[in-house]
Amino acid sequence: MDNILSILVFFPALAGLLGFLVEQKSIKAYVLTVTAVEFILSLYLWVMFDGNEMGMQFMEQIALIPAFGIQYLLGIDGISLFIVILSTFVTLLGVISIADDTKDIKQLLISILFLEMTMVGVFVALDAIVFYLFWELSLVPMLYIIGYWGGPNRVYAAIKFFLYTFAGSLIMLIGMLVMAYLYFQATGVWSFSLLEWYRLQLPFDYQLWLFVAFFLGFAIKVPMFPFHTWLPYAHGQAPTVGSVILAAVLLKMGSYGFVRFSLPLYPDAAVYFMIPIAIISIIMIIYTAMVAYAQEDIKQVVAYSSISHMGVIVLGTFALNVEGITGSIFLMISHGIVSGALFLLVGVIYDRRHTKMMSEFGGLASNMPRFALIFGIMLMGSVGLPLTIGFVGEFLSLVGFYDVSHTLTILAGTAIIVGAIYMLSAYKKTFFGTITNEANKGLKDLNGREYATLIPLTLLVIFLGVYPKPVLEPVDNSVKAIVSLMHKKAVTEEAKEIIPEVKLNREDR
Amino acid sequence: MLEAVNVSLESLNLVTLAPMLTMIIGGLVILVIDLLKKDLDKTLYVALSIIFLLLNLGATVTLEMNQRGFFDVMFIDGIAIVSQLIIILASLIFIPLALTNTKFHEYSYPEYFAMFLFMIGGFQFMVATDNLILIFVGLETSSLALYTMIVLHNRDKALEAAIKYFTLGALAAGLFAFGSMILYSITGSVEIYKIAEVLESRNFEPLALVLTASIFIFATFAFKIALVPFHTWGPDVYEGSAAPLAGYMSVVPKMAAFVVIMRIFEMLIQSGVVWIEYSFYAIVVLTMTLANIWALVQTDVKRMLAYSSISHSGFVMAAIMIGTTQANSAIFLYWVLFLFANLGAFTMLWVSHHKQAVKKQISDHPFSKFSGMVKQSPFAAAIMALFMLSLAGVPPFSIFWGKLYLISSVVNSDYIVLALIMVINSAISAYYYLKLIVYMFLKEPETDVNGEVYLVNATLPLKFVLGIAALFTMLSIFAVNPILDFTTYYVAMSGF
Repeated sequence: MDNILSILVFFPALAGLLGFLVEQKSIKAYVLTVTAVEFILSLYLWVMFDGNEMGMQFMEQIALIPAFGIQYLLGIDGISLFIVILSTFVTLLGVISIADDTKDIKQLLISILFLEMTMVGVFVALDAIVFYLFWELSLVPMLYIIGYWGGPNRVYAAIKFFLYTFAGSLIMLIGMLVMAYLYFQATGVWSFSLLEWYRLQLPFDYQLWLFVAFFLGFAIKVPMFPFHTWLPYAHGQAPTVGSVILAAVLLKMGSYGFVRFSLPLYPDAAVYFMIPIAIISIIMIIYTAMVAYAQEDIKQVVAYSSISHMGVIVLGTFALNVEGITGSIFLMISHGIVSGALFLLVGVIYDRRHTKMMSEFGGLASNMPRFALIFGIMLMGSVGLPLTIGFVGEFLSLVGFYDVSHTLTILAGTAIIVGAIYMLSAYKKTFFGTITNEANKGLKDLNGREYATLIPLTLLVIFLGVYPKPVLEPVDNSVKAIVSLMHKKAVTEEAKEIIPEVKLNREDR
Repeated sequence: MLEAVNVSLESLNLVTLAPMLTMIIGGLVILVIDLLKKDLDKTLYVALSIIFLLLNLGATVTLEMNQRGFFDVMFIDGIAIVSQLIIILASLIFIPLALTNTKFHEYSYPEYFAMFLFMIGGFQFMVATDNLILIFVGLETSSLALYTMIVLHNRDKALEAAIKYFTLGALAAGLFAFGSMILYSITGSVEIYKIAEVLESRNFEPLALVLTASIFIFATFAFKIALVPFHTWGPDVYEGSAAPLAGYMSVVPKMAAFVVIMRIFEMLIQSGVVWIEYSFYAIVVLTMTLANIWALVQTDVKRMLAYSSISHSGFVMAAIMIGTTQANSAIFLYWVLFLFANLGAFTMLWVSHHKQAVKKQISDHPFSKFSGMVKQSPFAAAIMALFMLSLAGVPPFSIFWGKLYLISSVVNSDYIVLALIMVINSAISAYYYLKLIVYMFLKEPETDVNGEVYLVNATLPLKFVLGIAALFTMLSIFAVNPILDFTTYYVAMSGF
């Protein structure tokens, strides 16, 4: 299967088209099968993947618009591999979590299939325009999902989501066009291929501008402070499945973009902006944690905590060394699993009570013990308790950044620990004490469908927390390749010093 | 003693005239048929128009590049051929839209179809010459025919639209005559290339007169393209005309005007007189931005599309200002892609057009009419959404590629600020295109509307046209490379 990446990208979309034929009542079984097959295909990709190889694998190349250097170029390395698997996995769980009696379930499920195409596409595209194409296209199904199945203020939230990201990415598009032009000037050939761009060494001032253009596109998606305002709305209004996919996968597009584009293309600019971005990240961690503490809606707590953790991811990425970047990528995966699970858990009580206000709850642990247990484990994963999945990534990110600045790292570390307060207090308000609200007395514990989504996630949180090596190793290899590329490409002395020289010890294995 | 002028048929090079002649003969044939036998059906005239358009297409395709004909007034270069092809293509898509279920006033007149063919001939004259007088003739032929076609729609608003358009069109014609007159008086020629030679040799002196002439001529075409601040007629006229004609107006006359502007202003912008470039710059930015902002607040889809098409013209004007080969070929790429998406969108409006306005509606196509459309006719809603996304520039649908290439040409000429303004405008425009999608997909249907309303006019030919437009919009990624190769070759060969 040489073209497995193309299959992974287009299989859900084609199946989605075919899905229009399937009858409303049977559509869930159909989509479930499709997403399960897609997930198995992505696992197969992992099996076939050569973990010792540093570069791109399973490459595919077809010229699309040769006159303008646009080609259909796909490939995968250790960094994107696990994000792709995460996407297919979360989509599968998202589909399971959808109740059978959702209104217009057919449109919802088919939108999810199209969304899956764009998500996988973003992470395997190696041509800037193809990347951009999937990136923008992902907005459309999400717009529909939030705008149609969301809460009362859904249309506003959906449009805000769309316009924010659209505006940011258009500025990124200019960056791409300038980059292609610079490449054209240097070589006389038009190309949007990322691998070709990697070979281009740019003067410092160009790097600064281009870095800013790309940064705006990615930062809005992450979302970094102060561009984060669209996210609480989107989460607040989106249906459970929308929030799950948004938090687990769509936000990762931004942080993935940093690793794939910003760092290797503009190493000197990355060094130049390292401290400012770190400060923004720390503001993001502390500020959103404080905002989360003030929320009364449990979904908003999870949403803000999710922004807060994205801050740690960005911080790790901009440590610009192997530990930091590896940690941030691992954290992307663990954040995907944990925040996805937390939104599913919020969905569980929302389905039962149709409210997300914490004041309505209290004492749920007594009649929903299993639910409380799983929520507790996820919460620990979220705050980064050792031996859960959250710890590994956070620890590595902070270790990575410790080399750069002790003070900032200590500040960030403290903030993360203090940040645990809001999660614990939310947990306390919801689960402990006695049941005060009559409506909560009759609540049933988890049902089979909910077990099916939550158990795998819980197992993963614990397993990868204890033994992260199967994921860390391939990621580490690909990150080494990127860091050594950055070191080689850097033009200023300062950058050469800060970005460590990595020995690519291929012979050792 | 008058000298005998010896004209041989070969020196006339009638091949260059063949496309326009087909149109004129076609129009006359339709009129003659009407004289001979009354009460023939519109299907006949549609079929005849298509046949003559196909003949026209054949004549245009076989044209060789860079030749002159007919006492050297005809000038066939690359952009003349490409723009004629675009005009014919748009006309071929437009004319089957007459085959509706409902009887409309204008289609019962054979003159409508004759006028249509004359109009196309006029546009072709405009683009296939560099003689100011012939441009004027083409401009007036096409405009007068167009006014009549609008008014034949026979509604109050159509009458208002036609009169408005006519009045301003007459003003524009006057301006053009003045501008050409001044150019003639200072250079002694009406042929653009000779004017350019003389002006360049004299270093654009007397500057005041050159500038006056350029203002006059620019204003003429700014009226025709509806650039801000000459746009005020646009939305009213679009609203008053039948939807397909409005869509047609947003594509074809503008194509012809773009080509003329390219011919006249390419040299003036390069003249080193920065004043001209600055005013171009200002008008481009104003056109894109203001039209977008006005479009935001429209309550009628057709008016919204009218403003949006003004904003799209602003994009193309930016490329004309840049004037590199890449920019000039981007214009044609952009316009071909725009043609399908925009005509498609107007066709969707046409398909849902009622002879009597639906109750409680202030206009023909208010946004609320499309509320919850996906429930009633999901397929039609999806197609409309496709056109909207394409117009908004969401990849991979057609206009995205045009925007990409066009903005790239802007970036390559170091107009980064302009490029930023352009993308910010794209982001603004996304809002109003999304507004229609929001109405169609996210809102509940209005109670007394049934699904029939969206497809009331849909006959097989209309569906066919829609299908073609939708397919092209969706799969344009595969069409971009051939179009780009083609236009770049022709544009480069004609020295633009």
